[in-house]
Amino acid sequence: MKVLVPVKRAVDYNVKIRVKSDNSGVELNNVKMSMNPFDEIAIEEATKLKEAGTVTEIIAVTIGPDKAQETLRTAMAIGADRGILVETDAPTDIGGVEPLAVAKTLKAIVEKESPDFVIMGKQSIDDDSNQTGQMLSALLGWSQGTFASEVTLNDGKATVTREIDGGLETIEIKLPAIITTDLRLNEPRYAKLPDIMKAKKKPLDVMKPEDLGVDYSPRLSVVKVAEPPVRQGGGKVADVDELIEKLKNEAKVI
Amino acid sequence: MSILILAEHDHKSIKPVTLNVVTAARKIDADVHVLVAGTDCAAAAEAASKIHGVTKVLKCDAPELSHRLAENVAPIIVDLADSYSHILAPASTFGKNVMPRVAALLDTQQISDISAIHDADTFDRPFYAGNAIATVKSSDAKKIITVRGTAFDPVDADGGNATIEDVASKGDAGLSSFVKQELSESDRPELTAAKIVVSGGRGVGSGENFDLIEKLADKLGAAVGASRAAVDAGYVPNDYQVGQTGKVVAPELYIAVGISGAIQHLAGMKDSKYIVAINKDEEAPIFGVADYGLVGDLFDIVPELTEKL
Repeated sequence: MKVLVPVKRAVDYNVKIRVKSDNSGVELNNVKMSMNPFDEIAIEEATKLKEAGTVTEIIAVTIGPDKAQETLRTAMAIGADRGILVETDAPTDIGGVEPLAVAKTLKAIVEKESPDFVIMGKQSIDDDSNQTGQMLSALLGWSQGTFASEVTLNDGKATVTREIDGGLETIEIKLPAIITTDLRLNEPRYAKLPDIMKAKKKPLDVMKPEDLGVDYSPRLSVVKVAEPPVRQGGGKVADVDELIEKLKNEAKVI
Repeated sequence: MSILILAEHDHKSIKPVTLNVVTAARKIDADVHVLVAGTDCAAAAEAASKIHGVTKVLKCDAPELSHRLAENVAPIIVDLADSYSHILAPASTFGKNVMPRVAALLDTQQISDISAIHDADTFDRPFYAGNAIATVKSSDAKKIITVRGTAFDPVDADGGNATIEDVASKGDAGLSSFVKQELSESDRPELTAAKIVVSGGRGVGSGENFDLIEKLADKLGAAVGASRAAVDAGYVPNDYQVGQTGKVVAPELYIAVGISGAIQHLAGMKDSKYIVAINKDEEAPIFGVADYGLVGDLFDIVPELTEKL
C-alpha cells in the first residue's frame, strides 16, 4: 500500500513564543523550527507499517518556504521514500496558507499520487486549528479516523481507536481514508546518522501552488495578534489551615 | 439570518457545554436554533427546547446517527446551511471531528476554538497553545465556528419553550462504522463543566496513589484531571488530560497536585478563577500562576487537606 504523510514545519514545541511588537503576528525570525510533533507521530506510524510489510511506499509532502525541505529530509530520515515541497513564502501559522487551502493542495497531490490512505497530525502546534485532515477527507469524499491512538489495517479497512471526550472509541473505516494522529499513537524514533545521510539522496520534488491550481489568498484576515492576559500568581500559604481559611474567606470557593 | 448550533448530547440529555455555545450564539443573533442529531433522541431534543434563548430545535432522529460519525452528521448540516449565517459547535472532540468536514463541503474556512466575539465577522481565537490570541475577520459568506466553552458563561438549561421540528437524515454514508467504546465511568462532574477540578501530575507517582487525588476531589464534589505526564505514565486514562492537546478547563477552583506546570499544562487551566498548587519543588513554574501555593510533600498535605475540609 502507498501512503501519503503531510508534514509541517512549525515553531519547535520547546520555544516560548513572542508576539511581534506591532501585533501583526508571532515572531518567527531566529526561532528554532521543527517538524510539528503530531506529524512526527504520523511519519513514525507509516514507517512502522512499512517495516511490518503492510505499506510499500511513503511519500512525505509539505507546504512552506524553501527551508521546509529540511522538514521533508527529517521525514525521509525517519522512513519516507520521497518528498514533495509545495513552495510558498506565505505564512503558514496565520494570515497565509489556511487549513482549507492546505486541504485543497493535498487533494491535488492525492489525485496525482493515488495513495491508499493519508496519515497526518491532528493539528499543528502553531495555528492549533485541528481542521486539515477532516477537510481533506470531506473534499475527497473519504472516511476519516481522527485523533487516533491505535491503527490496524486489514482487508481494505482500517480499525482506528480514537481519543474522545470521556474515553476511547473504536471505529472501522473503509480505505481509502484519512487518519489523524493523537499523542499516544506511538513514540517517534530518533533518526540515526546513516539514515540522515541516506535521506539526503532521496528524491525531492518542488512544485508551486499554481501548478496544482490552488489559491492561497486567506479567507481570515488578521486584525491583530496579542499576548494573553498575564496571570498574577506567586501567592503562597504556609500550611493547610491557612489554605482552607483563604479558600473559604478570601476566594469564597468552598 | 439565524444561527444554528450543533448540540452535544448523549441522545437522552444535552451536555452542559451546549449551554455555553448558546451564549456565544446569542452574542451574534437572537434567533438561535439547535440541531439534535442522534438515535432515539427525543429526550435530548425535548431538553434542548427548554434551554433559555433557543427559538427552534431541529431533531434528526435516525439509526445511522447512533454514534454521530462525522461522515453521517456533516451532510445533514450542509443540507440545512442555506438558512443560517453562522453554524456553531462546541470545540469538543465531537465538534472538532464534524465541523471541518462541514466547512470544507461549504468551501468555507472554519474558525476554530473562538474565545470572544467582536461582531458577526470578527472573533478571537487562541493559537500557539494559548500563548497568543489572534483577532480574525472572516470574509466567508457563512461562518463555521467551534466555540471554546469555558470562554462563555452557560445560559440556563430551562426557561425556554422552543418548537421542535423534525429534519431528515441524509442516510448512512457507508464509509465508517462504530465498533466499540470504552468510556470512563464516574459519578464525578464532567471535567470541562466542573466548578472545582483537582488534578494530579507525575509527582503523584502511581495509579494507586491517584486515590489521594480522588478522595480530595470527592470531598469537594470536584472533577479529577491530570497532566500529560501522568497520563503518559499510565496513572490515569487519556480523557483526564488537561492541557494544550487535552481538555481546556476554567473552573472556579483548580487544585494542581504534584504538577510542575509545563507550558502545555498551563495552556489548559490558566483561565481558572483560583489556582492552588501543591508541590515539593518551590521553583516549579506552577507556583507562578497559583493564587495559593503550598510548598511541601503532597503525601502529607493532600490527606490533611481532605481530612480538614
